[in-house]
Amino acid sequence: MEISLSPEILFTIGSFPVTNSFFWSVILSLFLIGLTLLVRTRMKKIPGVLQNIVEMFLEGAYGFVQSVIGSEKKAKKVFPLVFTMFIFTLFANLATYIPGQAAVDIKTAGGVIPLFRAVMADYSLVFMMTIISVLTTQIIAIIVHGPFGYIGKFINLGGIKDLFKEILKGKFKPALLAQGFLDLFLGIMDVIGELAKVISLSFRLFGNMFAGEVLSAVMLFLFPFFAPLPFMFLGLLTAVVQAFVFSVLTLIFITMASEIEEDKLAEEATI
Amino acid sequence: MDPEAAKLIAAGIAVGFGAIGPGIGEGIIAGRALAAIGRNPEASNKIMPFMFATMAIAESTGIYALVIALLILFVF
Repeated sequence: MEISLSPEILFTIGSFPVTNSFFWSVILSLFLIGLTLLVRTRMKKIPGVLQNIVEMFLEGAYGFVQSVIGSEKKAKKVFPLVFTMFIFTLFANLATYIPGQAAVDIKTAGGVIPLFRAVMADYSLVFMMTIISVLTTQIIAIIVHGPFGYIGKFINLGGIKDLFKEILKGKFKPALLAQGFLDLFLGIMDVIGELAKVISLSFRLFGNMFAGEVLSAVMLFLFPFFAPLPFMFLGLLTAVVQAFVFSVLTLIFITMASEIEEDKLAEEATI
Repeated sequence: MDPEAAKLIAAGIAVGFGAIGPGIGEGIIAGRALAAIGRNPEASNKIMPFMFATMAIAESTGIYALVIALLILFVF
């Protein structure tokens, strides 16, 4: 039994290696684009079965996005990104359960390798999706808070400024000293928090999918056909939930970045 | 001890201990969410998505443990 973290290389175009997970992600993308075009070109006033299903799905998802982010204007902007991530991840995860795909092997220069590999069990793709999500979050935060406000969130000198004001007045308050440095420290910890998002978000999806693959392979190896069944069912649940979680976390990060802090609003309201 | 054997034991310990915290956390989250749904069944559509999202956040430390285990097994 072989378990490898990196996907297998099917063939190379020039110096560009085409791996089996890349191959499948392209097929899945083409399938999704084709489906979209099919529904788009056949839009009718009285919807058919396919249009009905797609409309129901889209409306439900849009309503959910709007309920999380709060306003219609923001929801319209963020919906395409989040929903694309969801639908691609969902199809990529569910494609693992097409019967018979695991049995297809092909012969290449590097030996006999499986044609199929779970797309999300390839770290590079998940990593790129995470980078897109985190970068979007940061860009939105910069747009909303302004460049200085954005930096000021991480290097928080407000508390120390208050301390010096008091010192200039001739008073020294140790509580302000502690508060100032605590704010500064927490701001710097936020930088680590932002960086940890990249690791936790990407490894959550990748780890779950990879572990699911390995687990069902091990179970199949131990006792074929019957032992893997409960784990396959669990894997099916994970496939849907993880696709949902990845996109919802992206949505929540974007929502948090696009909101002006409630403390300030509350302060302004009371003043 | 043989370095290979030590690696295997280390990976097992990393995932085993790392799974304790998320297990407890997710249990609490699921329990509270179910209690909330029991109290107000009509709100279940609003509660469920946030239950999954918070569970995913509680799972983070478990995922870090898995990352460490994978690093031990495949990289070092």
